[in-house]
Amino acid sequence: MGTTASQLGKDLLSEYQELTFLTKQEILLAYKRFSELLGKDEKDVLHERVPMDRILTLPELKSNPFRKRICYVFSTSDSKNGSLTFEDFLDLLSAFSDSATMEIKSHYAFRIFDFDDDGTLDCGDLEKLVNCLTGETDETKLTAEEMRQLISNILEESDIDKDGTVNLSEFQHVISRSPDFVSSFKIVL
Amino acid sequence: RGMRRCSPKYKVVGKVQGHLTHLLCHSPEPSEEDDIDEEVDEEEEVRPESLSSEELEKLKEAVDERKKLIQALRGKPWPIKKKCVILRESQEFVEKYEGALGKGKGRKLYAYKVLMSKKWMKFQRDFENFKTACIPWEMKIKEIESHFGSSVASYFIFLRWMYGINMILFCLTFGLVMVPEALMGRPYGTIPRKTVPRAEATSAMDFAVLWDFGGYAQYSVLFYGYYNNQRAVGWLKFRMPLSYFLVGVGTVAYSYMVVIRTMARNANESGVGDDNSFNFNWRMFTSWDYLIGNPETADNKFASITTSFKEAILEEQESQKDDNIHLTRFLRVLANFLVLCCLAGSGYLIYFVVRRSQKFSQRDSNIEKEIHVNMVMSLLGMFCPMLFDVISALENYHPRVALQWQLGRIFALFLGNLYTFIIALMDEINLKREEENIIKFNITVWEASLFNGTVSVNSTAPPVTIEPADVPRGPCWETMVGQEFVRLIISDTMTTYITLLIGDFLRAVLVRFLNYCWCWDLEAGFPSYSEFDVSGNVLGLIFNQGMIWMGAFYAPCLPALNVLRLHVSMYLQCWAVMCCNVPQERVFKASGSNNFYMAMLLVILFLSTLPAIYTIVTIPPSFDCGPFSGKQRMFDVIQETLESDFPAWFGKVFSYASNPGLVLPFMLLMVLAIYYLQSTSKSYKEANMELKKKLQTVVQNMFPPLVQQSCFNVYF
Repeated sequence: MGTTASQLGKDLLSEYQELTFLTKQEILLAYKRFSELLGKDEKDVLHERVPMDRILTLPELKSNPFRKRICYVFSTSDSKNGSLTFEDFLDLLSAFSDSATMEIKSHYAFRIFDFDDDGTLDCGDLEKLVNCLTGETDETKLTAEEMRQLISNILEESDIDKDGTVNLSEFQHVISRSPDFVSSFKIVL
Repeated sequence: RGMRRCSPKYKVVGKVQGHLTHLLCHSPEPSEEDDIDEEVDEEEEVRPESLSSEELEKLKEAVDERKKLIQALRGKPWPIKKKCVILRESQEFVEKYEGALGKGKGRKLYAYKVLMSKKWMKFQRDFENFKTACIPWEMKIKEIESHFGSSVASYFIFLRWMYGINMILFCLTFGLVMVPEALMGRPYGTIPRKTVPRAEATSAMDFAVLWDFGGYAQYSVLFYGYYNNQRAVGWLKFRMPLSYFLVGVGTVAYSYMVVIRTMARNANESGVGDDNSFNFNWRMFTSWDYLIGNPETADNKFASITTSFKEAILEEQESQKDDNIHLTRFLRVLANFLVLCCLAGSGYLIYFVVRRSQKFSQRDSNIEKEIHVNMVMSLLGMFCPMLFDVISALENYHPRVALQWQLGRIFALFLGNLYTFIIALMDEINLKREEENIIKFNITVWEASLFNGTVSVNSTAPPVTIEPADVPRGPCWETMVGQEFVRLIISDTMTTYITLLIGDFLRAVLVRFLNYCWCWDLEAGFPSYSEFDVSGNVLGLIFNQGMIWMGAFYAPCLPALNVLRLHVSMYLQCWAVMCCNVPQERVFKASGSNNFYMAMLLVILFLSTLPAIYTIVTIPPSFDCGPFSGKQRMFDVIQETLESDFPAWFGKVFSYASNPGLVLPFMLLMVLAIYYLQSTSKSYKEANMELKKKLQTVVQNMFPPLVQQSCFNVYF
């Protein structure tokens, strides 16, 4: 960690510690892993933007059905192409870290599940979500009838204002009662 | 100049505010109407004397707001770049005006306080970093999590937690019991209880004897019998018997405290009951385990999620259908009856084997006797759960319910076995005590014979020096109990490791290499690779801990042994899981079971301290071994300490406090308090339900969808 630590300045390191839920070791590890993703000619770890397909080679994200959505949500690029800078990467790790609060996690989870980015989870989003969860193959997909039944059950449970969509507050209300959410919504390098 | 020159600070507030208002959820105090054109970076020093106290107050509030904002920045869902900007601006603002807040002389003190609080925060942060770096085996567990999901990893996290507890128990027993006796007590060979008897001296160093914890191992700090009953030892005047007693009590108290604290924390995190009201939502939103990093595990997870969706949908549809309920009930009663028969049978078998081994105790050596009992117990522990599994096929429960029934039955099995073992042990203790009476009588005869019959009160004959090894010994029942437990733990450990090697490793090797020349596909078909049995392993761990708690009073070496055992287990099982196991097909969430396991641990803690407490309170200690020898009861040491080491009034206070007239009303008060807390918690739950229903009806009656939070602004 010697050379990498000296490339990430002390001030910057303490600022990142202040602003994220990560510990010093986690930030340094993230720096190391991120710099491994860069090409030979890209030296400036802090300002370089890594394209999405390279981010998706990380073993922690490779098997995740929501990997593309995660990249889109945390990306601050203007062209919305899912590329991440080092700071976006830290944001990602912070939201998925062990010590992140329920509010942060549920906020980002909502954004990840909102496939069309319209601020609510409507039937289309829920359908895409279920298809992501049941895998790519035909044998594991749900039939149309089962899908319809499932979505109507979900909306019945969580849609309080009966507008046919789940908004952020309804989502957070449901998620805050779940005992599994915080422990499963976790990515550790 | 004074009034007008106040404005820069408000300008700063205003400018920062104007920059931030559309981002913040709430806005601090309103800005003054002032010249926003004026430069913010004016290095105007705001002299404290030029401000009135009201403005000072407002400035202080602004600074406090900024500080709170800095603290809360972590929890805001904004990108780091935005947060950085806000952080830097707020920090500049705070630094610039904080110093100005202290008035005159108080300014130095204020600045000093600020400096100290900054240093303290930095220290706290470094300490947190250090603490997380100290947690052992983090990488190993993370690797297992990514391959097998969080339920298998939860076993290893539980193992690590147990290791922590045992480490503390080890430090207590080692530091306060074993080391003082070894360093400050009388050395080996000086008094009878510390010396190997002449008859056993030749074989005391044999490996077979040492492995069985006889010989030199028995006459050492490892067991109860070695300890001297001298009230104070060494130049520190260390109260050895008192320390022994208090450490025994302390280990139990500490364990209770830790288990209950963990249960409370788990209960807090898992929220209020509400198990089924968001069934579908939870399956949808929380079922994916983001720690999975392995494609094979991911595929398994997909399959399991699909199955769980289909099951949930089916259950929803079929929840009205309820045919054949009588048949189901009959089958369930039958299954429970069969299980009870199994449990009774296994209990009787153990009792029979223990009694049989006692009858033939002269013929067979100690080792063979132990092998019989422990072999029977281990075999029962291996085969009965499989039998229960088969029986539970009759019952037709939902898998999670079936799993809990299975765990409950295995728990009852292990408990029954343990208690049968203890009852057999009690019989042995009684035997030893009768033997003790005979030996006491024999010793008086022997002592008389030493003086050649002249036993007069004013005897001036010089005392005959006897070698400690030659003095006839009482059968120290406490050491015997300690030895039994140590042997049980060792054989249990060996059984576990051997089962692991044969059941998992050998099986995996056979499947892998025989597959090339076998008729059917071994990997997909019959034996295939084994799955990691989380619940079986957790139960094994819990029972192991129960045995430690039971025996630790009589064998101070047990916590040390357990620390070693857990350490080895961790490495061995981590290796075995990665090498020989495949990810489970049906994945159950570990978190729901977390408190279930903790509850079992609590029950075991209670049940395993009962026998130890019973023996301490009712059975008089051996007359010639251990720190309480010579006393009527073991807890007399407390009385003795109160009388001799504390001032007289303390003893009086204590005797008043332990008066039944005071203790009974106190216990009554506690029972009433529990009842009161129970009823208030029930009424809170009901109020909760009412509010929920009200919320639903109120929202449904309103027309536009309720915009409940302004966090939407942040999102857009």
